[in-house]
Amino acid sequence: MSELIIALVGQPNVGKSMLINSIADARLKVGNFSGVTVEKAEVSFTAQGHAIKIVDLPGTYSLNDYTQDERVTKEFLQHEHYDLIINVVDATNLERNLYLTTQLLELGKKMIVALNMMDEAHKEGQCIDHEQLSSILGVPCVKVSAATKKGIGKLLNRAIDVSLFPLEKSKLIYSDVVEEEIGNLASFLDRKHYPSPLSSREIALRLLQEDPSTYRKMHEEPIWVELSSYLKEALEHLYVHYETKDVAEIFAEERAAFAKGAVVETLSCKKCTSQTVTQKIDTVLIHPVYGIPIFFFLMWGLFQVTFTLGSIPMDWIDAFFVALGNYAKTIFGEGELGSIIADGAISGVGAVVMFLPNIVILFLGIALLETTGYMARVAFLLDGFFHRFGLHGKSFIPLVTGFGCSVPAYMSARTLKNDKDRLITLFIIGFMSCGAKLPVYVLFAGAFFGQEHAGNALFVIYLAGAFIGLLAAKFLKLFVFKGADEPFVMEMPKYRLPSLKLIWHTVVSKAIMYLQKAGTFILAASLLIWFASNYPKYPDVAASFDQKIEQASDEALKVEYENEKSKVLLEKSFLGKIGKSTDWLFAPLGFDWKMTVALESGLAAKEVVVSTLGVLYALGSDVDEGNESLIAELQKQIPLASAVSFMIFVMFYLPCLAASIVFTKESGGYKYLAYLFVFTTIIAWILAFIGYRITLALS
Amino acid sequence: MKALSDLNAGEKGKVKTIDAEGELKQRLFSLGLRKGSLLEVKAMSMAKSTMEIEVGTTLLALRFEEAKRIGIETL
Repeated sequence: MSELIIALVGQPNVGKSMLINSIADARLKVGNFSGVTVEKAEVSFTAQGHAIKIVDLPGTYSLNDYTQDERVTKEFLQHEHYDLIINVVDATNLERNLYLTTQLLELGKKMIVALNMMDEAHKEGQCIDHEQLSSILGVPCVKVSAATKKGIGKLLNRAIDVSLFPLEKSKLIYSDVVEEEIGNLASFLDRKHYPSPLSSREIALRLLQEDPSTYRKMHEEPIWVELSSYLKEALEHLYVHYETKDVAEIFAEERAAFAKGAVVETLSCKKCTSQTVTQKIDTVLIHPVYGIPIFFFLMWGLFQVTFTLGSIPMDWIDAFFVALGNYAKTIFGEGELGSIIADGAISGVGAVVMFLPNIVILFLGIALLETTGYMARVAFLLDGFFHRFGLHGKSFIPLVTGFGCSVPAYMSARTLKNDKDRLITLFIIGFMSCGAKLPVYVLFAGAFFGQEHAGNALFVIYLAGAFIGLLAAKFLKLFVFKGADEPFVMEMPKYRLPSLKLIWHTVVSKAIMYLQKAGTFILAASLLIWFASNYPKYPDVAASFDQKIEQASDEALKVEYENEKSKVLLEKSFLGKIGKSTDWLFAPLGFDWKMTVALESGLAAKEVVVSTLGVLYALGSDVDEGNESLIAELQKQIPLASAVSFMIFVMFYLPCLAASIVFTKESGGYKYLAYLFVFTTIIAWILAFIGYRITLALS
Repeated sequence: MKALSDLNAGEKGKVKTIDAEGELKQRLFSLGLRKGSLLEVKAMSMAKSTMEIEVGTTLLALRFEEAKRIGIETL
């Protein structure tokens, strides 16, 4: 028996992701999840002996491809193979949701309507006669609640049932005016015995809706000569009746009327207390005066917590990896093997794993912002401000997502309709420092600003990044991507308490991804860096130093020679040569060649910046103090001004390889990646230079 | 006839005309904003750049430029 493919479709904020989570969790086999569904996600499992695959499509208000992610949904529904649609509907907002349902019915596919959030609807005193609704729509309606997991089993059973029986045509009926014209055209086609896999009614309907492919097909038929005059007459009737020549508008009105009719016949309100809680919260959170300060306070709190709470387990993890490195050296000895394991693998991976607590807290905060509905309020508050910088209120969502990771941020920019707004947003997402840059900041802020100021320093770094991003957006809008503005129309979803399970899921999967990256990509990069910094070998140079050390009279001199030996050898290594050949580029910024190499390797992934520093400074460190932490090592070897300019450079330069690939895909070409590289590098260099000079002058 | 942008927070109205092009018009339709729909202005952002309105059971955010294109009969 072949796999049953179910397409999960619904408007945004109706709980599709939560529903798929409830379904899949019950079967314990989950596919990929991302915070905001902008790509389709898939889950496969078996139920009652049937292999089932559910495709979670991005939320869409209608099938009119207004934005890019809506286009993904439309393309899938029209061109891909699937057996059944489950249309997820927010039971507390039935009328607007049924608008999409009517469009889905027109696709002529097998379908089930899942009335989600029934628990909430009950609380609001709404009663929905789902049997009546089923008979109006001509497709089964099932009451479910993804939050309380009610009706999930029933929904699956109905889905399997429906898939086994032949398709029953839906009963979407239009107003008398439209139905009459459909009838006229259909009966003409019937009289002509026009052969087609579609019914006469469907052809008639598509012609009235001015569907291009149907027109193309009919145009080639001999019947077209007569048909066209009937069609012209039918359209004229509609134009007169609706006082518009826009067919799309006529059918939009038809759908709205149908949805309204369906609601009137099925929904009974007992007390109708809808929205009051949301509106009460809104009077505070989008207050014209306090709204923005409250938002800044919340963001400040997030970064404070990220640093202070995160630093507690961070110290433990750091201590653990230092101990592990020393232990490895006692087992494998001080030779090559011990060095590759302790200085290469353990210090590189350890430097990255250390920041797991910070990453988890940051992603938790972003997930909370996303799921509670607060994000839309911030877009509302900031649109006026953003608009002045050539951005759109909705740009806020990809930009905040960018604080977590640029990859989903680039993808969520698809919710912007206007290509120019989208490109501007894409170009400045990198300025919103991502989670992988956090380790660099935490490390340097901790080392140079002390524990008590590090949280504030983090907040300032992120704020400054965002601010420069806004200026860059203005620059792009004025000189590069000129053009008309996108209208700002967006739904303000109800405030909802986030589902703990969904948040847990998001955070855990992010943490696992981070650790996987540390265990694979970062590990490989650390080993590569270790190799490049240890080879080629110079036995003569090493021997001459060893001789000097042996002949040294006192301990202090011995240590000095020991340090000089590792320094000279490191400078002569492959890595040293690479760093030295390019460090003239960064010398005006106060970087030594180690920092230069760390930056360059950071082009692969930003975590590598820290792991490279870990490997380089572990190798270069004193023998006596080999167990000293990276923070102390940096404090000793890097001047404050260089540290500041390094942080600034990291804030603005090109995002990691993975993000760059996604950027290329979303922006539409390598051309844009080249622009991005030039754009970010110039900004990073200039600002780092300014930061370096100012810090030098002050200190 | 007034434009939606002339309304203050707390005022109610009925949509008379929508002066918008294809896609934007479709989007407004799918969000429940069309000829004849009843709405209430809920809130304004600072400097009157955006407004929050309630249409049916939906809360919408609109920029003032868009609100200017919506003709309203006040209730």
